[in-house]
Amino acid sequence: MTAAVHLRPRLTTTTAARVLRQLRHDHRTVAMLLVLPSLLLGLLHLLWADLPAAPGQPGTFDRVGLTMLGVFPFVVMFLVTSIAMLRERTSGTLERLLTTPLSRLDLLLGYGLAFGLAAGLQAAVTVTVATTLYDLDVAGPVWLVGLIAVVDAVLGVALGLLASAFARSEFQAVQLMPVVVLPQFFLCGLLVPREQMDGWLQAVSDALPLTYAVQALQEVGRSPEATGTMWTDVGVVAGAAVLALALAAATLRRRTD
Amino acid sequence: MDAVTVTDLVVDRGRRRVLPGVGFTVPAGQVTGLLGPSGSGKSTLIRAIVGVQRVRSGTVEVLGHPAGSPALRDRVGYVTQAPSVYADLTVRENARYFAALYGRGAREADAAVADVGLASAAGQLVGDLSGGQRGRASLACALVGDPEVLVLDEPTVGLDPVLRVELWERFHALARAGTTLVVSSHVMDEAARCDRLLLLREGALLADTTPARLRADGRSEDLEEAFLNVVRAREAVAS
Repeated sequence: MTAAVHLRPRLTTTTAARVLRQLRHDHRTVAMLLVLPSLLLGLLHLLWADLPAAPGQPGTFDRVGLTMLGVFPFVVMFLVTSIAMLRERTSGTLERLLTTPLSRLDLLLGYGLAFGLAAGLQAAVTVTVATTLYDLDVAGPVWLVGLIAVVDAVLGVALGLLASAFARSEFQAVQLMPVVVLPQFFLCGLLVPREQMDGWLQAVSDALPLTYAVQALQEVGRSPEATGTMWTDVGVVAGAAVLALALAAATLRRRTD
Repeated sequence: MDAVTVTDLVVDRGRRRVLPGVGFTVPAGQVTGLLGPSGSGKSTLIRAIVGVQRVRSGTVEVLGHPAGSPALRDRVGYVTQAPSVYADLTVRENARYFAALYGRGAREADAAVADVGLASAAGQLVGDLSGGQRGRASLACALVGDPEVLVLDEPTVGLDPVLRVELWERFHALARAGTTLVVSSHVMDEAARCDRLLLLREGALLADTTPARLRADGRSEDLEEAFLNVVRAREAVAS
C-alpha cells in the first residue's frame, strides 16, 4: 500500500502533537477525560461496598471495577476519536491533509499516539484513585493494569478511526458507539462467565477483542505476577488495534466523489 | 511551459455528470482564473487538479506528474472553498502544523501568518475569528509550504474590498516570483485581475481566453457583459 511506503515518523509525531494541542485548548474535555472514569468507578464502589463476597471469591467491586478500568478507556477513546476524525472530514481539513506530504497512515498513527498518551494519563489517575480511595484489590502489579488500559484505549482509537469512515454525521458516529461497544461488553465474560455461554455465543465472544482485554485484567487481578495468558491476551488486543488501523487506512480514500 | 494539463476529463458526482470532458492547459508563472457561476463545476475541477476528486476518465497532469501523486504533495498548495483550518487551534498553531508537514519551521509559519495580515491575531483561536480572517488563516496554511502551484477555490469570498485588492496583489507577486496560480471565482469583476481566463458553464469550457480577448470577442468593456454576449452567441450558433 502506498500509505506505508511514504510513512514519515516525524509527521506522525507532529500530528500527534497537533491533536494534543487541540485537546489542551478544550479544558472541559480534558477534565472529563481525567476525572469521569474515577467518578463512575466511585459509584460502583458505593454500590457494592457493603455487599459480602462469597467465600474464596473476589468481591464484586474488585471483579467488576477492575474490568471497568479496561472498558472506560476503550469506550471514551472510541467516542472521542470517531468524533475528532469526523470533524476532520466535515471541516475539509482531511481533504487538505491528503494533498500534503502527510500519508494516511501517518495521520492515523498520529491519532493513535495522541489519544494513547491521553489514555495513559487517564489510566494513571483512575488506577491510582481505584487502588487508594476505593481499595480495589489487585493481586498483580498495578502498572500492568495501566498498560492494559492504554492498549484498550488504542484499540478504541483504532476502531473509532475505522468507524468514522462509515458515519456521515455526528448523529451516526455517536450511534456507532453502542453498536461497536455493547456487544463486546455483553459477551466479554463480565455479565455471564464465558464457560456458561452457549457454544455459538462463546465463539462470537472469542472473536471480539474486548474479551481478551477483560481476560488480561482478570489475570492481573488473580496472579501476583504477569502470566503467559495475560501477555497473549494483551498481544491479541494490540493485534486487533493494528488490524483496525490498517483497515481504517484502507477505507480512508484520497479521492472521493 | 504548462504547469497543469487537463485532457478529456470526465467526472460524475452521484448520477450527475459534472464535467463531461474538459481539456485545457494552465501556463506556469501566471494567474489563471476559473470563472463560472455557482454549480458550473469549478470546485470539482479544482479538486481534480489537487488529486482528491474521483474521476471517471481522462487525465490531469501537474508539473509533469499525475495529479495527487506523492511527488506533488510538497509542490502543490490547496486552499478549499470553506476555510479548512482547525477552529480549536490558534492561527499560529495551525500555520506551524502545516509548516511542519511541508518540512518548514516556525519562522516560515510566522511569516506566512504575517503575509496574510493576521500577525496581530496569531495567538487567537481560529474559531473566534471572523469569516474573512478564517479564510486568510486557511490561505496562510497553504502559503507556508511555498508551493510551485497554488490552487485556490474562491479565496476572496466574503472579504472586504481592501483585503481583496491586497490578496490579488499578493497573488500577482507570487506569480512574478514564478508560482503558478489557479484561482476560481464566481464574480466576473475578478476576471479582470487574471492573466488567463477559463470560463466554465454547466461543466463545459466556454472559453479559454484572456481578459483583453474576452472584451474583444464579447464586444464590451464590461467583462460580465462580454461573457454574456459570448454565451448568447454560442447558444445562437447551437440552435
